[in-house]
Amino acid sequence: MSDLNLSAWSALQIRDAIANGDFSAHEAAQSALSRIETLDGDVHAFNQVTPELALAAADKIDARAAAGEALPPLAGVPAAFKDNMNLIGTRTTCSSRILANYESPYDCTAVARLIEAGVVPLGKCNMDQFAFGSSGETSYTGPAKNPWDLGRVPGGSSSGSAASVSAGMATVSLGSDTGGSIRQPGALTGTVALKPTYGRVSRYGCVAFASSLDQIGPFSRTVEDSALVLEAICGKDLMDATSVSRDDEQFVGATRDADVKGMRIAIVRDLLDMEGVTPEVKQSVLDAAARYEAMGAIVGEVDLPTSQHGLSAYYIIGPAEASSNLARMDGIRYGHRVADATDVLDLYMRSRSEGFGPEAKRRIMLGTYALSAGYYDAYYGKAQKARTLIASEFSAAFADYDVLLTPTSPQVAWKFGEKSDPLSMYLSDIYTIPVNLAGNCGISIPCGITAAEDGTPLPIGLQLIGDHFAEAKLFRAAAALERDLDLDMRSPLVRG
Amino acid sequence: MSLSESEVRHVAMLARLALTDEEVALMQSDLNSILGHIDTIAQLDLESVPPTAHAIPVVNVTRPDVVVPGLSREAALMNAPAAEDGAFLIPQITGGGDEA
Repeated sequence: MSDLNLSAWSALQIRDAIANGDFSAHEAAQSALSRIETLDGDVHAFNQVTPELALAAADKIDARAAAGEALPPLAGVPAAFKDNMNLIGTRTTCSSRILANYESPYDCTAVARLIEAGVVPLGKCNMDQFAFGSSGETSYTGPAKNPWDLGRVPGGSSSGSAASVSAGMATVSLGSDTGGSIRQPGALTGTVALKPTYGRVSRYGCVAFASSLDQIGPFSRTVEDSALVLEAICGKDLMDATSVSRDDEQFVGATRDADVKGMRIAIVRDLLDMEGVTPEVKQSVLDAAARYEAMGAIVGEVDLPTSQHGLSAYYIIGPAEASSNLARMDGIRYGHRVADATDVLDLYMRSRSEGFGPEAKRRIMLGTYALSAGYYDAYYGKAQKARTLIASEFSAAFADYDVLLTPTSPQVAWKFGEKSDPLSMYLSDIYTIPVNLAGNCGISIPCGITAAEDGTPLPIGLQLIGDHFAEAKLFRAAAALERDLDLDMRSPLVRG
Repeated sequence: MSLSESEVRHVAMLARLALTDEEVALMQSDLNSILGHIDTIAQLDLESVPPTAHAIPVVNVTRPDVVVPGLSREAALMNAPAAEDGAFLIPQITGGGDEA
């Protein structure tokens, strides 16, 4: 076999090389698969690897190339999918026991669209169980590791999707983001991670966590690849009534026209000054703002005071919707079922109790409580009102600014087991949660590397937030900073 | 607000979760710690604020009323823990005996 190593390549480079005949899609797939074989025992980014699907898809691309056909935009690009997205021929386990043997009966729209766009599907990625977590540690199959330091978490809940790209196994991957589950692991692994505007991408076929907050989006090594993937997966889908088509679905151009002269960019001052953010992270946001100013952007500051209560609103709304969505895991139509149930209630209760891990149980309990008789107004009602205030503060900010800047995560990747109580884990999403509540788009891009207390170099992520459907602006600003910083974000596993 | 042990057991029943005594104790302390943080939302003046269910306005979506293929019975049953004659099999839910 050739010693083709694509671990630091972008999707665009791979596509162009295949179109150019430098190597085949088959060779690209083979290269990615052998890298998974070598590394994934340590990283555990994958719950399931699908060599047959990958090679079959690659051979189709090669046949089209041989026939002289024009190749699709992501032809031959090795891709991976979070294990809450259905793909026929794979299990969709959500890294849970209750769905450990669940075979996908249909395709998730975003996955199908990405495959239609030419990617070769490498497999399904590890995640926090049912996407409940910020470190990957709630996975029933054991946690994915951070390719920058295998003793540290890759973030979550899209832990494996992030780790697979950071480790150079997948070139792009899909994750889902309900309160930061794409952007936060993106920051902790030094990858580009986009949560599109609510409705931009169909959620059909992605196991629902909180339906009013969930959104699918890409991990990639470059901002341009992020735009390329979004172009492939966005738009109206009849199977998701909240999905929309817009007339602005060409995003790659925005990354090439990365001119921020006159662009209005604001630091979110009060969020940046919150307790808990580390000095390096805070400084990296200020440095990014200074770079934007030097590039000709108009840089200012805004406050989003209600966003500080985003966490409270989120931990009512998210669990409330989750408790309702997860009611369907009852051992009747699919999933784990106890063998010796005495009656249906016993079947429900014990199948669910055996099938869900501790964090899933916590969220279900929290949500059930918040929606229960007598507490609905005190919790769910208040959270929905807080959501209104948070969204209107964002709207007001976007009347004056094109893009807002915050850290993605208050700190860089931490060690396994470090955040043992649930609340401290929840606090790691304070910067990403308000964006989901308001339905805006957000992207995390690498903005620096810092040394941990033990000297380990670790990536820092910057979050850029855009108004509803303002992804083009996000891409323009993100690409400009990416170019200006010109960082080498290859993880130690890729540098070798 | 804080939850008592009996409230935790009540909510677990509503959620169809069979928690062990140890789980109940741990759940009570975890939930109360989380609710303690969540209660800071009471600091907001929300009296005259309308609630938001969806951040993006959602509208009814319709399509022409024509039959299109759905999930096949085979696909719908492929993950069934138990199935028979094209249907999901569950424990008996009506009383035993010989009522009609």
